[in-house]
Amino acid sequence: MATTSSPATTDLPRTPRDLLPVFIAPIIALVALPLVGSPTTWVTLTIAALAMGSMIFVIASGLTLIFGLMDVLNFGHGAFIAIGAYMAMTVLVPLSGWVQSDALSLNLAALLLAVIAAMIGTGALGWAFERVIVRPVYGQHLKQILITMGGLIVAEQLIHVVWGGDQKPMPLPNGLRGAITVGDFALEKFRLLAVAVGLTVFIVMQLVLNRTKVGLLIRAGVENREMVEALGYRIRQLFVGVFIAGSALAGLGGTLWALYRETLTAAIGGDIMVLVFIVIIIGGLGSVGGCFLGAILVALMANYTGYLAPKIAVASNILLMVAILMWRPQGLYPVARR
Amino acid sequence: MIQSALSGDLPRSRILSFLLLAIFVALAFAPFLFSGSQPINTAAKICIFIVLVASYDLLLGYTGIVSFAHTMFFGIGGYGVGLALYGWGPTWTSAGLGLAIALVVGAVLAFVIGLLSLRVRAIFYAMITLAVASAFAILAGQLSEYTGGEDGRSFRVPPLLRPATVLFDVPFLGVRVDGRILSYYLVFFSALLLLLAALRIVNSPFGRVLQAIRENDFRAEALGYNVVYYRTVANCLAAGMAVLAGAMSAIWVRYTGPDTTLSFAIMLDILLMVVIGGMGTLYGAVIGAALFILAQNYLQKLMAIASEATASLPLIPHLLHPDRWLLWLGVLFILSVYFFPSGIVGKLREMERGR
Repeated sequence: MATTSSPATTDLPRTPRDLLPVFIAPIIALVALPLVGSPTTWVTLTIAALAMGSMIFVIASGLTLIFGLMDVLNFGHGAFIAIGAYMAMTVLVPLSGWVQSDALSLNLAALLLAVIAAMIGTGALGWAFERVIVRPVYGQHLKQILITMGGLIVAEQLIHVVWGGDQKPMPLPNGLRGAITVGDFALEKFRLLAVAVGLTVFIVMQLVLNRTKVGLLIRAGVENREMVEALGYRIRQLFVGVFIAGSALAGLGGTLWALYRETLTAAIGGDIMVLVFIVIIIGGLGSVGGCFLGAILVALMANYTGYLAPKIAVASNILLMVAILMWRPQGLYPVARR
Repeated sequence: MIQSALSGDLPRSRILSFLLLAIFVALAFAPFLFSGSQPINTAAKICIFIVLVASYDLLLGYTGIVSFAHTMFFGIGGYGVGLALYGWGPTWTSAGLGLAIALVVGAVLAFVIGLLSLRVRAIFYAMITLAVASAFAILAGQLSEYTGGEDGRSFRVPPLLRPATVLFDVPFLGVRVDGRILSYYLVFFSALLLLLAALRIVNSPFGRVLQAIRENDFRAEALGYNVVYYRTVANCLAAGMAVLAGAMSAIWVRYTGPDTTLSFAIMLDILLMVVIGGMGTLYGAVIGAALFILAQNYLQKLMAIASEATASLPLIPHLLHPDRWLLWLGVLFILSVYFFPSGIVGKLREMERGR
């Protein structure tokens, strides 16, 4: 046959790149431009959307990976957001000298310490959560939903026990307040930082998933768990590692989100979890790229409609989700085929 | 007669029968057994939640669908009747019309959500309903010119149901029979009727198909049942029943607002009641609702005492603080999902069989 004559060393055909969904974001942004009217407002809204999208992505990426790899949807993820934020606050309070200092380096150092504390705390908590709550119910969706919901209730109540129920301030470091003006456009510093963090997480995640052995195993596990096990890898440990990493990312996202809102309550996770769920549904369960795109889309939609028609801002995201699901019922980039 | 009223689905446990009978008697004669407004409020709330939880059990326990939009339908019922009474005056016609509109809206919404997501997996449905319900709650809070916003709407009920209306000049069994008692019995008998209707549904051939879908949807499909059709119908039925529960609630509290009908906290309460009472049996809904609401009202008082008694110890008084009652119910919820997934009712039936 003709095909056998071709040399065996040629690469496998590459999976075709599916770039169509990527164009939705710029289309939404361009459609919004004439509706918003003033370009300066539009730039502010777009930057705000990118910042919000980055934060949602940081939170959602862990959840979608956990789902893709382990087929576990953790409804308790919202609790990690809140607990991460509270832990960061606990670190920031004694460091208030650094936070209020005018030196950017001290501000960033304080923030870095807070983020590390939040991530270690939520990571450890994720480890415990996986052991106690999730492990006994692997493979049983109904019980998983119920039990992680129960975990959410208990975790939220424990926040009240440990930190008290009242609203707490979460002051933004001095150096990150205000905006940088470029020409006519004012770019808020914290939003730029959030975008940078989101992009970094995205890039690091892509590099880990696509360029390392662990990433290879994770991607293989998402595609076909039994086969990875059959090849002799302990996928259980991989599971636990991803769960811990995902929880730690929720802690990071929660810290950013609380700083963005500058206040903190135990319900902070619940507010954003709705957006996170919409994002991972839009992106396709288990897909990191889809999750990033979905986060940007949802945030763009939320910010533009929040400006144009604030009363229906939430409904707009539901409409976006419905529209995308009608186009691609499994989300933009479906990965987990279960 | 009892056999046919319960559609042949008997409690099948002596303790359970006794408990159900006790709840029935207490609710049926609540206005005469207890004095004061708090017990009768508790009784009415139990009636309303029995319907709401039973309708949720139809989805979760019988069909195996996890929905987080049940409070949305509850709210649609509450707002339908409430806004109609507020806008069109306190007459039976406006209440009826409001209820009819709410039922149609609820059924259509349930149908649309079902079509969009019931063909995919349980988890998808859970997430989508969560998103839709929270958007609905925020929307109800935002569109304040129609819904009264966060404050909600207080309204007047038809004259017959007002406390000032006295039906008989002589007190009956030592209690003045007024409009308040009449509205309690309206709620009570609606709840009883709806519960019996739900029993009828789950013990019909249709109900058996739902249980088959819960156990193994693939197999049910292979046997020739259109799974999406059955799931959608179950979804609409449950939604309709939740709308009715919302209407009952509106009539009883004479107020409707986002916190009392649409909040996620109520959704969690329903979930706790179903699971603790027992999924997959409607008696579980009765036991769960009664137990939970009694705990809500009376456990807190107990915890306050315990909290004060341990005030000198570290952390423990915080754990026992009356506001933390949900913590303990959450722990109970997790334990019951692990160790007795069929809830109190399942455990009682197991004990009976073991004897």
